[in-house]
Amino acid sequence: MDPNRLTGFEVELATMLGEKLGRQARPIHGQWDKLLDLLTRGDFELAINGIEVAEEKKRIVALSRPYFVTAEVVTFRKDLANKPTNLASLKGRIVGTLPSSMAERILKNAGADVRTYEGGQGEIYDDLKVGRIEAVLLDEPVARYYGDVEEEFESHRGDFGEVAYAIALRPDDTKLLEQVNVALESLEKDGTLRALYEKWGVWCPETAKLFGEKEADARTPPLEYEKWRVAVGKLPSFWERLTTRYPSMIGSFVKGALLTLAVSLCAMAMAILLGINLALGRRFGPKPLQWVCIAYIEVFRGTPLLIQLIVIYFGLPELGLRLDPFLAGVIALGLNYAAAEAENYRAGLESVPRGQLEASEVLGLTTAQTLRHVVGPQALRISIPPMTNDFIALLKDSSLVSIVTLTELTKTYGTLANSTRDHLGLGLMVAIFYLLLGLPFARLARKAEKHFGKHLHREAT
Amino acid sequence: MSLIVKDIVRHHAGNPAPTLKGMSFTLDTGCLAALLGRSGAGKSTMLRCIMGLEPFETGSIVVDGVEVKGTKDCNAEQRAQQIKAARRKLGLVFQSYELFPHLTAMQNCALAPVKVKGESQTVADKRARDLLCQLGLEHRLDAFPEQLSGGQKQRVAIARALAMEPSVLLYDEPTSALDPSMKNEVLQTLKRVDAQNVTQVVVTHDLQLARGVEYVCVLDHGVVIETGAPEQVINAPTHESTRALLQAWLSADAGSPPKA
Repeated sequence: MDPNRLTGFEVELATMLGEKLGRQARPIHGQWDKLLDLLTRGDFELAINGIEVAEEKKRIVALSRPYFVTAEVVTFRKDLANKPTNLASLKGRIVGTLPSSMAERILKNAGADVRTYEGGQGEIYDDLKVGRIEAVLLDEPVARYYGDVEEEFESHRGDFGEVAYAIALRPDDTKLLEQVNVALESLEKDGTLRALYEKWGVWCPETAKLFGEKEADARTPPLEYEKWRVAVGKLPSFWERLTTRYPSMIGSFVKGALLTLAVSLCAMAMAILLGINLALGRRFGPKPLQWVCIAYIEVFRGTPLLIQLIVIYFGLPELGLRLDPFLAGVIALGLNYAAAEAENYRAGLESVPRGQLEASEVLGLTTAQTLRHVVGPQALRISIPPMTNDFIALLKDSSLVSIVTLTELTKTYGTLANSTRDHLGLGLMVAIFYLLLGLPFARLARKAEKHFGKHLHREAT
Repeated sequence: MSLIVKDIVRHHAGNPAPTLKGMSFTLDTGCLAALLGRSGAGKSTMLRCIMGLEPFETGSIVVDGVEVKGTKDCNAEQRAQQIKAARRKLGLVFQSYELFPHLTAMQNCALAPVKVKGESQTVADKRARDLLCQLGLEHRLDAFPEQLSGGQKQRVAIARALAMEPSVLLYDEPTSALDPSMKNEVLQTLKRVDAQNVTQVVVTHDLQLARGVEYVCVLDHGVVIETGAPEQVINAPTHESTRALLQAWLSADAGSPPKA
């Protein structure tokens, strides 16, 4: 269960399509409700992940012929009173589902109290388990994989409706759309798709109808589904997880941690460089430059980092600037933290008395020399503690880059916890990784502080 | 003549009466002089004008042949050039010394010669060591300012200024930050520096210190009211106004000088 490697029937479908089109499929991980944004932005060419055939989707993307149809299924705890087994009985009930899904629309029309989850399907069923919601309405494959694996749940196909999945493409990709349709048709006609669905245990009457086949029962055992059931069905004891499961996951966490570290170090380097210039501009620059620096600091300090990241990643392509995910993450974090750093350095600069500047001036030192040899070293000592603080905060804020398809430490945790239903144990593990990342820097900072403050220690004479 | 100050007029913003109203005096090369005056007499302003830390409107200051004109007589760029050139001939010992706290005594003295005059570190270090030794700090070469006593700090500040080999060295209230018992020591230091043929100007309100110098200019209300040898100016002032001033001052001070 490597969060960097996707599995599932649609991943296999992608590989098959790639073979048909004579291309190598390279799967990219994106948050489900952001898939169409990522597609139009150009992060990938095809979105194959339960994209529902619906009018409002056709307005932004082109959709292939449907490759799968399934029913919406309601899941609730076996001990729930007044079980909502049909659409009418959902009225007024608290029901969870995925945002901007067909199921959400069905629930809203039925007058249910809808709760949507951006994190993933696992969390919806976890909330059902602990009783924060009464029921879940989702597509049957999701219900099978995340709901039916729990013994205390039961699921019902009712009159909730059905949903067809199609592959989404950019609207101008007409040639690729044609190729995809041809490939899908051939995979459907030669029985490849049916075999695939049966293997994953998602073959159903609705898809049989779509393919014009009479037989709704599977002919082969759902091997992959059984594997999944075994893997997540029952949470092993903590000791067992600690001795067998967690060690096997260390590789994934290390990989995520390295990405977190890389993003954070690059972003901090950028924040420091930009921050120094902002602070100097604000303190020593001509008036217009001072205003620019102040405006920058206020804007970037006063707006949420998440919004800045979304604007940079999804907004800038509108102006023709399409940044790679890593770069976008680093730039967003760097720009944001530069504002904080600038204020740190300003505090440092202002802590140096005016007389020090006059003394340098009188000795004939240039402004640059004064900053480098007189003001800088004194200001740095003041700025190091808040800088350390900021770096550790940045290390944690770097988890936001998961929304731009980067599988860093938090995303690794989210994916693993979601697929193993183990939020607590893995939560401890990811906490240890964050601490391991942050502590060396805190130590380094203490050393640096001591170094720059050595003149303050009186000799024992 | 190493320092000629001629008709300096300086207004402070928001104050209709000028702080300096045509201040003039001339000092011979190598002399040890004092600008003596009460708080508000204009002596600190005069010192800051000489150092280029404050502008003045009219008049001129000539330091060892380099002239700095008032803001009304030349443009900003010319003035910046003049001040830069004059500063190469000037040194200043601040009232609070303003030593660089993160540098040792040696580093304080060697920084500017290396960075400004482009001297090699070896040459600068040698001079710094020689100067600090001459001022009796041979055992404190690698101490940080925080580790020095007030008098030691002052001598490092003097060495730092002398390291730039100025023609004129100014002191801003050298006794005010020190214990009264140190006054004699300050005078000794001034005499020791005097041997190096540098013109020294002590800005002070300390009559005791002024008695030890060679030449005194008494300032009041932005002008020089009397000049001469200290024994003459302080003990037997010729001008009525000087006499009145000294009298009032002596009785008001009664030992402890007013805060600058």
